[in-house]
Amino acid sequence: MTAATARETVGTDPMVPRLFRVVHTRRDTRDTHTLVLEPTDGVPLPFRPGQFTMLHSFGVGEVPISISGDPAHPEVLEHTIRNVGAVTASLVAAQPGTILGVRGPFGTGWEVGDGKGGDVVFVAGGIGLAPLRPAILEVIAQRSRYGRVVLLYGSRTPEDLLYADDLRAWARDGGVRVETTVDNGPPGWTGRVGFVTDLVPRAGFNPVTAFAHICGPEVMMRAVATALRDRGVSGTRLRLSMERNMKCGIGLCGHCQLRELFVCVDGPVFDHDRIGPLLSKWEL
Amino acid sequence: MQTIEELLRAHPFFDDFDPATVALLAGCATSVRFAPGEVIFREAEPADAFYVLQSGRVALQVHHPAGGALVTSTVEHDEVLGWSWLVPPYRWTADAVAVAETNAVRFAAGCLRGTCADDPAVGYVFLRKIAQVLAHRLASANRRLLDLYGGGDRP
Repeated sequence: MTAATARETVGTDPMVPRLFRVVHTRRDTRDTHTLVLEPTDGVPLPFRPGQFTMLHSFGVGEVPISISGDPAHPEVLEHTIRNVGAVTASLVAAQPGTILGVRGPFGTGWEVGDGKGGDVVFVAGGIGLAPLRPAILEVIAQRSRYGRVVLLYGSRTPEDLLYADDLRAWARDGGVRVETTVDNGPPGWTGRVGFVTDLVPRAGFNPVTAFAHICGPEVMMRAVATALRDRGVSGTRLRLSMERNMKCGIGLCGHCQLRELFVCVDGPVFDHDRIGPLLSKWEL
Repeated sequence: MQTIEELLRAHPFFDDFDPATVALLAGCATSVRFAPGEVIFREAEPADAFYVLQSGRVALQVHHPAGGALVTSTVEHDEVLGWSWLVPPYRWTADAVAVAETNAVRFAAGCLRGTCADDPAVGYVFLRKIAQVLAHRLASANRRLLDLYGGGDRP
């Protein structure tokens, strides 16, 4: 087998990580960092907004992380990572030059293009903005093809709001109405304080033509989905990104199984009509 | 310039009220404006008013000896401010401070309570609307108490 053939084989085996080099890191909040990676072999990694990779810190472990970069630039891979455990602690500590393993991309995407011609509503909670960022960038890149575009974003505190520069740029230049709220307002805070569902009634979208994309903690997504459906958004126009314990990424191991669904291959992005009934099942 | 009655009719809170009732309630109301930083009411003081916000933003906050004024929620245009006027002991449970220039219609609580007592049908609609506001705020507060973004969500 020639070297080139071996590389192709390795590159197409979903269980074998490709090598990526950290080229840039950015601290977004007190516990969240963004890593910008480039493939060591120079071969881009195309992805669909909403997909994830299995990100491997050698000697520590592997975790599923949503891709947060621009789908128009597959030559770089961006991941925004919250430090919540041993592997993510290792990842957020990675410095430029560190080699990481990447499997994927895996799973379904937001498919925001389905909403062309109508309004688009993005609702994010906490780090849930990261998986939505590629979809928002895709819509902004083709802004004239959509009606009103709204981003409703809730975070714990003002300091926990992700992508502050992006939020300003999307509102200023991207034609996106950006509404934010926080759970707790510190002294002197003059912005909104409330849960993200509080933003839905004042979002100003047409529920008949709108496609809504929701990402955040499951309790938050359930509440937002209910609020949007109450306003007339149908379940087939409402998409959620599910978080489960993905391991293999290809529907074999069953770690991410949600009744008959494997979140890693049937999701992580689902229509609410399909996933909604499962969200209220305690046993799942 | 719009009359108080016109302002009330345009506000979502009064969607369920018939025009004659709105006209009656307007007799209890005056138009007010608050500058940023202006205190509208203070915790534990008598709840003597009900506000219907036309524009701006008001922070409901609780003073914490160690942390200063912690904002527990905000209220904006198309929303209402204050429910303590409706239930004994008629005392505010938080401070309300305008955080932007705010225009509102202020109802005198005594006049409003009298109107509701004189006409139970009006009182019922008022109570139902205020209950909706309270239920919404309670749900919002409960979800925030869960600290959903603080731990356990995706890495």
